[in-house]
Amino acid sequence: MALKMVKGSIDRMFDKNLQDLVRGIRNHKEDEAKYISQCIDEIKQELKQDNIAVKANAVCKLTYLQMLGYDISWAAFNIIEVMSASKFTFKRIGYLAASQCFHEGTDVIMLTTNQIRKDLSSPSQYDTGVALTGLSCFVTPDLARDLANDIMTLMSHTKPYIRKKAVLIMYKVFLKYPESLRPAFPRLKEKLEDPDPGVQSAAVNVICELARRNPKNYLSLAPLFFKLMTSSTNNWVLIKIIKLFGALTPLEPRLGKKLIEPLTNLIHSTSAMSLLYECVNTVIAVLISLSSGMPNHSASIQLCVQKLRILIEDSDQNLKYLGLLAMSKILRTHPKSVQAHKDLVLQCLDDKDESIRLRALDLLYGMVSKKNLVEIVKKLMSHVDKAEGTTYRDELLTKIIDICSQCNYQHITNFQWYIGVLVELTRLEGTRHGHLIAAQMLDVAIRVKAIRKFAVSQMSALLDSAHLVASSTQRNGICEVLYAAAWICGEFSEHLQEPQQTLEAMLRPKVTTLPGHIQAVYVQNVVKLYASILQQKEQAAEPEAAQDVTQLMVERLPQFVQSADLEVQERASCVLQLVKHIQKLQAKDVPVAEEVSALFAGELNPVAPKAQKKVPVPEGLDLDAWINEPPSDSESEDEKPKAIFHDEEQRHAKQRQPEAEEEELARRREARKQEQANNPFYIKSSPSPQKRYQDMPGVEHIPVVQIDLSVPLKVPGMPVSDQYVKLQEEREHRQRLEKDRRRRKKKDKDKRGKPRRHSSLHTESDEDIAPAQRVDIVTEEMPENALPSDEDDKDPNDPYRALDVDLDRPLADSERLPVQKHRNAEATKSLEKEDVRVVEKKVKKPRKKEKKHREKEREKKAKRKEKEEKEEKEGEDFDFWLSTAPLPATAPAPALGEPGANTVTAAPEGGGEEPRREERGDEDEDGDNERDPEKKASKHKKKRHKKEKEERPKDKKKPEKKQPPGEEAAEPVENGALADEPLPPMSSYCLLAENSYIKMTYDIQGSLQKDSQVTVSIVLENQSSSFLKGMEFNVLDSLNTRLARPEGSSVHDGVPVPFQLPPGISNEAQFVFTIQSIVMAQKLKGTLSFIAKNDEGSTHEKLDFKLHFSCTSYLVTTPCYSDAFAKLLESGDLSMSSIKVDGISMSFQNLLAKICFHHHFSVVERVDSCASMYSRSIQGHHVCLLVKKGEKSVSVDGKCSDATLLSNLLAEMKATLAEC
Amino acid sequence: MIQAILVFNNHGKPRLVRFYQRFPEEIQQQIVRETFHLVLKRDDNICNFLEGGSLIGGSDYKLIYRHYATLYFVFCVDSSESELGILDLIQEMDEYFYAVLYGSEYEQRILWHTATWRSSPAPLNERSQTEYLLCDAICVFVETLDKCFENVCELDLIFHMDKVHYVLQEVVMGGMVLETNMNEIVAQIEAQNRLEKSEGGLSAAPARAVSAVKNINLPEIPRNINIGDLNIKVPNLSQFV
Repeated sequence: MALKMVKGSIDRMFDKNLQDLVRGIRNHKEDEAKYISQCIDEIKQELKQDNIAVKANAVCKLTYLQMLGYDISWAAFNIIEVMSASKFTFKRIGYLAASQCFHEGTDVIMLTTNQIRKDLSSPSQYDTGVALTGLSCFVTPDLARDLANDIMTLMSHTKPYIRKKAVLIMYKVFLKYPESLRPAFPRLKEKLEDPDPGVQSAAVNVICELARRNPKNYLSLAPLFFKLMTSSTNNWVLIKIIKLFGALTPLEPRLGKKLIEPLTNLIHSTSAMSLLYECVNTVIAVLISLSSGMPNHSASIQLCVQKLRILIEDSDQNLKYLGLLAMSKILRTHPKSVQAHKDLVLQCLDDKDESIRLRALDLLYGMVSKKNLVEIVKKLMSHVDKAEGTTYRDELLTKIIDICSQCNYQHITNFQWYIGVLVELTRLEGTRHGHLIAAQMLDVAIRVKAIRKFAVSQMSALLDSAHLVASSTQRNGICEVLYAAAWICGEFSEHLQEPQQTLEAMLRPKVTTLPGHIQAVYVQNVVKLYASILQQKEQAAEPEAAQDVTQLMVERLPQFVQSADLEVQERASCVLQLVKHIQKLQAKDVPVAEEVSALFAGELNPVAPKAQKKVPVPEGLDLDAWINEPPSDSESEDEKPKAIFHDEEQRHAKQRQPEAEEEELARRREARKQEQANNPFYIKSSPSPQKRYQDMPGVEHIPVVQIDLSVPLKVPGMPVSDQYVKLQEEREHRQRLEKDRRRRKKKDKDKRGKPRRHSSLHTESDEDIAPAQRVDIVTEEMPENALPSDEDDKDPNDPYRALDVDLDRPLADSERLPVQKHRNAEATKSLEKEDVRVVEKKVKKPRKKEKKHREKEREKKAKRKEKEEKEEKEGEDFDFWLSTAPLPATAPAPALGEPGANTVTAAPEGGGEEPRREERGDEDEDGDNERDPEKKASKHKKKRHKKEKEERPKDKKKPEKKQPPGEEAAEPVENGALADEPLPPMSSYCLLAENSYIKMTYDIQGSLQKDSQVTVSIVLENQSSSFLKGMEFNVLDSLNTRLARPEGSSVHDGVPVPFQLPPGISNEAQFVFTIQSIVMAQKLKGTLSFIAKNDEGSTHEKLDFKLHFSCTSYLVTTPCYSDAFAKLLESGDLSMSSIKVDGISMSFQNLLAKICFHHHFSVVERVDSCASMYSRSIQGHHVCLLVKKGEKSVSVDGKCSDATLLSNLLAEMKATLAEC
Repeated sequence: MIQAILVFNNHGKPRLVRFYQRFPEEIQQQIVRETFHLVLKRDDNICNFLEGGSLIGGSDYKLIYRHYATLYFVFCVDSSESELGILDLIQEMDEYFYAVLYGSEYEQRILWHTATWRSSPAPLNERSQTEYLLCDAICVFVETLDKCFENVCELDLIFHMDKVHYVLQEVVMGGMVLETNMNEIVAQIEAQNRLEKSEGGLSAAPARAVSAVKNINLPEIPRNINIGDLNIKVPNLSQFV
């Protein structure tokens, strides 16, 4: 056998390894794909081998191929095999491959649960580490739920290497299994103060990531972070914390006040650019949050802007970039201080680096004012001409539009200029943003009434100029503006100077090369134009000319009728028929213009984009209710009833039609009018009555000032916008003169004092310029009773929403993480185990649900009080922290203003208790700051320890400092008596022995695969202040039961425990025992020896114990189907026995759960208060139970293939039940 | 969070592809290609940040990259990461990778790198302090790597993608930065390599021998050696399993 193995491995020696593969691929450059497919075939062969080394090699090669883009998911099962290899070398390869290619959709991933759990509890830290790393990449909701508890235990591992990984991976677990956040949070918080900087950094990382999404829940951690910030030297941690504070300050301005000083200190002192940058960033955030309350921080702003200027002026492009980025944040609230650096920003626009230019553009957005808009846009336009890449040019284009249109065109004083700019932009070749320009044109023309005339003239020029149409085929983006141009010319055709010319331009044959939707608009608007021309001609009494126009239409329209675009075709043929009809009428000299223009009477009003959403649902309207009953499923012949219905209606209609006639029509018309009047979305032909409901004045009520006619309406030649610069300068000059004059007359009565409707930002320069024309901006219509909400932006699918939970609320028992039972430490095929797990889950789930449900009610009541108290207290703590003066080490900043004000602000919240607290705060500020967060962290625990604490207040810290991780599981048992919950959380761990140094709890688990082995898991908890090491575990073997010892050691040697215990820490060790007969329970005497080391020295200590192997511990939860179960009972070769226990008050459900949990049974079937259960011993004995519940008693009938085993089992069960 | 880490050479050939968010393989390749084209266009002396835009996740994400000699190192990160911090990190990792790639020539290259990093005069004084510390840690690491990859030749090491992954795993885990302390990272990698070596033991010896033979670059490796009658007596075989 062994020899075969050697031969095998030598055979495989010449398999390609990763290096050969890479080399091969490089040597086959021409036929790489062929070579790789050949390699994949080889790999498939190798994966069929038994030798794990060969498999690992193959998987390693696959990982490489995955990088090259080959799908390797077909090998998922082999990857799992390699993951479960015992050697680290292979395991690592397996996990690497898994982390690269597993994802939530990988179906075999559920097979890994047990393997991963095993690796997590492996004695080798690197096995654990590699499993954690792998898991971090492919954790699924199922894995997260099943492993959350294991990972949480690892957060208190002795090795910092494991701790930090476990802490970090918790974030991924939270994301996939949000229920775990609350139970795990206290420990996570603890880790913020871990002695190891790596662990600390990991915890900071996780909390920052969490807090970024739901900052308000983490506000109470601020004191702790503040302490870390002032004490940590790790730049990475500092950066994270400072970033976090940036997210927290908007929620609590007082926090900002506290922060600003240490941050400014950091800014002054740090040498690391990255840290400096983040500090500046956070100071900015603080200032933003403060800006509403206290505007007195100009010093800090100056400092920031100053530092940022240094960054921007730096030759390092990275710093320049970030400087601009941060600058844009300041800009939002303190535009003035940034505007001073306009030169710098404009300079950056010329930078060779595109990223920097883009950032500078962003800044410009906020820097414009009425005064400099024209100048800045001019500069941008010149860049547009110079720009070589289309992406950057497009970016410039959008920025120009953004800048001009921001805040409802706040900065535009002259819309003619803006239209000019837009028209000029249409000369851009190959831009993608034609539609943007078009949208702007439409928007401006519709909303700024005064500009329509000018806009129409410009648009008709656009329609006339051939370049846009000509360019439509190659560079289709820009022709979008024709859409707008056509619409504007058609809709506002009354303003056209020479409508006929425009009409001809729109009917040119070349137009048919435009995209369909534009042609459609052309057709529609040609008719509008036509209508207005007709009217004009008829009024002028030129029937000839009118007929000519009609003739033109009839001639040209067929080209649209032939269009391949349905929309165009349909519209064109409609219009054609209409025009032909008109032609007939015209021939008879009938005046038609009135009627034709009636087609387009009325004005279109802009509707706000969110209007539809904001319509309130009328009272009594249930949108979810069925209007008609839904068709039942049984109706298979769908067509038949439909046909009947159809027929009926037709008949109906036929009968009705003659009668309906006039009155009916009139009635309907009336009804529709009524409906329209009430419908906010119906575009009305006359100023609607609805206007009355609106707060804002309608279009008609705005005083419209005539356009300043100093601007020529018709602008010859294309580059239009430039002349406005000059014009504006002139006007400014004029205005200045006028202003001076006025001032001299002292008539300054603040004429501009009217509250501006849309402007929120006032810049100084705003007020210097009076607009050339006071252009009224038509506001968009909103439905009446629109709800003033901005909540439409929240995405219900946001994964981070689930993590938005209250973390300060005490934990409920129902929230505990599902504690998985221990698996045998020995490796087993995961497949079979999976089955067990699934069934286990099935059993567990209903129990959990029910429990939750019932508990909720009770909890709600009990908690409300408790919660209120706690929250109050917590709030107090936080407020208190905020109210205290900064640490004595740092002097109060002058920028902060009156230090006294700090305490004042907090006083109201503090209430009556404040003075006392203050006193204590004064006594030892430092110590208090330290203890405060801790106090919170242990709030939950503290309650339990309260009595203890009172008894021995001296070593107060010990009980509250760290919650021993192992106790987690054991704890509920103790608590069980306290709280009379319907089903106390159960633990299979029971106390083994305890002395002043150490406490041992244990659990025994068997496995079906190893018929003569059980694993004893022992949790060792250090209860002393000494450091425990050199632990050795030993038992006196019996004939039947022996401890598995390492090879070469005698039966009297102990087994070393593979870890050491610092004070307060606990960890779990596992020992394997071999057993011959399992029918009897037995006890083994044993000793744990260890060295306790403290300041005074070290002593050898011993703790004796008795290990009790109950018969239950040999049972393994095994699923069984009811038919198999029935067969088993029928077979008759089982012996039988029964017990009865009285005085049981527990519900049957809980009772079963208890039996399942403590005695490793699974429920086969349950009918009312009667259930059959099944389990199997590690040596294959079947155990069947029939549990019946009476009034106050429970009877258990058992059948088993071994009578002794059965009676022992039942005896144990009786003991358990008696406790209920 | 870091969404992806990509390393590719001047021709866009991927050297390391690590996504922390699931993308199908084709998309991954597409992202690598697009990223490559994005960074290729950029001069060496312009800033190292790029708005990724359509690639991964949208506007919240940024590409932070560095270009060294033949390789591009690209991180795709969201707004929770510090831009400069990540650059520092790439710098560090890059140095690890170079250590892997060039072994003993390494120290010279370090000097060269720091030179390029310091090409701008202003931050020199401010940076130097941290960077010297950094060099110390690297020297330890170089020695370690030298021990791990005995008699290593350059080409051979480029091929150790898996090793590069292992280094990466000690620095970034599941998209979050795990450790920034050089000494710690070095120590952990060293320990794991030791563990791997100790496991290799006897059974790995033949494979190593073959690999050594392969490295001599024989024109053709005899693929089908008949060892059917091999009859070795091995006293204790238990370790082989």
